[in-house]
Amino acid sequence: MNHHNNSENNEKNIELDNEGKLKTFFNKDITTKRMNHRILLDKVGKKLFSVSILFALLILVILFYRIGVQSIGWLDLQFLTSNLSIFPEKAGIFGVLIGSFLLMVVVIPVTLLLGISTAIYLEEYAKKGRFQAFVDINISNLAGVPSVIFGLLGLTVFGRLLNLGSSILAGGLTLSLLVLPIIVAAGQEAIRAVPGFLRDGAYAMGATKWTTVRTVVLPSALPGILTGSILAVSRAIGETAPLVVLGIPALILRVPNSLMSDFTALPIQIYYWTLDTVLTPEYANMAAATIVVLLVLLFLLNSVAIVIRNKYQRRY
Amino acid sequence: MLNEKNNNNNHQNNIVYDVKNLNLWYGDVQGLKDINLTIRENQVTAIIGPSGCGKSTFIKTLNRMVDNIPAVRTSGEVLYYGTNIFSDTLRVEELRTSVGMVFQKPNPFPKSIYENVVYGPKIHGISDKKILSEITETSLKSASLWEEVKDRLHTNAYGLSGGQQQRLCIARSLAIQPEVLLMDEPTSALDPIATNKIEELINELKKYYTIVIVTHNMQQAARIADSTAFFLNGELVEHGPTSEIFTNPRDKRTDDYISGRFG
Repeated sequence: MNHHNNSENNEKNIELDNEGKLKTFFNKDITTKRMNHRILLDKVGKKLFSVSILFALLILVILFYRIGVQSIGWLDLQFLTSNLSIFPEKAGIFGVLIGSFLLMVVVIPVTLLLGISTAIYLEEYAKKGRFQAFVDINISNLAGVPSVIFGLLGLTVFGRLLNLGSSILAGGLTLSLLVLPIIVAAGQEAIRAVPGFLRDGAYAMGATKWTTVRTVVLPSALPGILTGSILAVSRAIGETAPLVVLGIPALILRVPNSLMSDFTALPIQIYYWTLDTVLTPEYANMAAATIVVLLVLLFLLNSVAIVIRNKYQRRY
Repeated sequence: MLNEKNNNNNHQNNIVYDVKNLNLWYGDVQGLKDINLTIRENQVTAIIGPSGCGKSTFIKTLNRMVDNIPAVRTSGEVLYYGTNIFSDTLRVEELRTSVGMVFQKPNPFPKSIYENVVYGPKIHGISDKKILSEITETSLKSASLWEEVKDRLHTNAYGLSGGQQQRLCIARSLAIQPEVLLMDEPTSALDPIATNKIEELINELKKYYTIVIVTHNMQQAARIADSTAFFLNGELVEHGPTSEIFTNPRDKRTDDYISGRFG
């Protein structure tokens, strides 16, 4: 085969100066000055950023110190296993823990099922276009709506309309609405991160969309989805405002035994005990002890999320 | 097992694809212009042409993978064994079961070698472990990968080299016993030795399959293809027996391209 060489043309493409050297656009003095400048800026930046992180750490230390000191002597096995009582030294948060646990029994299945399905629809089925963009923006907006407004929505729909009152089911469904946008967004993100060439591999073998999603997309997206879901669930565990709006009573209740029981949850109990410290000073210590329990729970959940993320992270 | 078809490597072979007046648009941009082309059984048909000429688009039309690209419209007909692949009654999943595809970049699933090969058979309803492992051995042998991986079938496919991954993808396609194998620049991401292996494999596979291969490597087309089609700016400039295209092209543009004056 006859290959024509273009080298004669190529030589003319390189511009030379009068002395036959490579033409340069840089002045050495100016570049050095600018370089010194930028290196200085970099050092100043490093200092400023480290001050920011120190500030955050300081606040955290103050928080831990304050609740740590207040909860000393109150946080013991008896506190975890006893029920609420009017006598502070006898009171415990067993029923409250069960309340929070049962809330999650509602929140986790509802949000995972609805959230992941929504994310799958938006990413895999919905035609890319105005409708999809519109829904996307609204989901982001919903994630930013104050939780007290979700409380009002829950009160109207679940509390009054569906007549669920202030039961665990009503509270759980309200919290589900609150964290659903977070799970949808996390799910979308994780699904979007699955490379298209993997889907192509399945489609090219005659797989339907659902088969492709089930066998290729979801397994790859699962770590991301789980991480997002755990973070969403830990947000739900710590939410107070929507439950206050639903009218969770500040009463001493029996341990809830069904999803229709009245209940109280960890953040709610912290809230009410803090409110009443004027009457009973010991409530401050009990609130602090409950905060420690809640923080430990959140810490555990977040750790699980990190472990999952690190263990199942895939490289392509 | 593979069933051997009669292979008399000439123009009397059955027509597999009959492309008639195919046009394709990406939004307002026309990607394919009035393509007319026949592809025959048990032949290797190479599609050559410079970047952006529509060769990839064309091969992705043959199994309707272009459906997945937003805003694509087509007109004209692509008859696959006499059935228009754009007709409403044709199910695209069935088409793709019969027309396999190997992509430019090896794209095994992040699973074991075994799981990759049995993916297709499994989704098409085979669950018997004995049959699945038989399919695995047959397909990997057909893709001349068996000897290299038979002792580590249950290790992750990502541990294979690029060339092995690509042969695994070929094995994965063969596992559902298609009639046609579409290959979109299957060696462009591979080194010369791996490329050579794939080319030998293609020569072997054409006895049992009809192969359409897109390549930007003209020597490759000359080495492996029975017929060659030259695309330019979305048009089919020329299609004929490879020997004629390379030694005696009818169109001046073909001559210019294969002699390296542009591209």
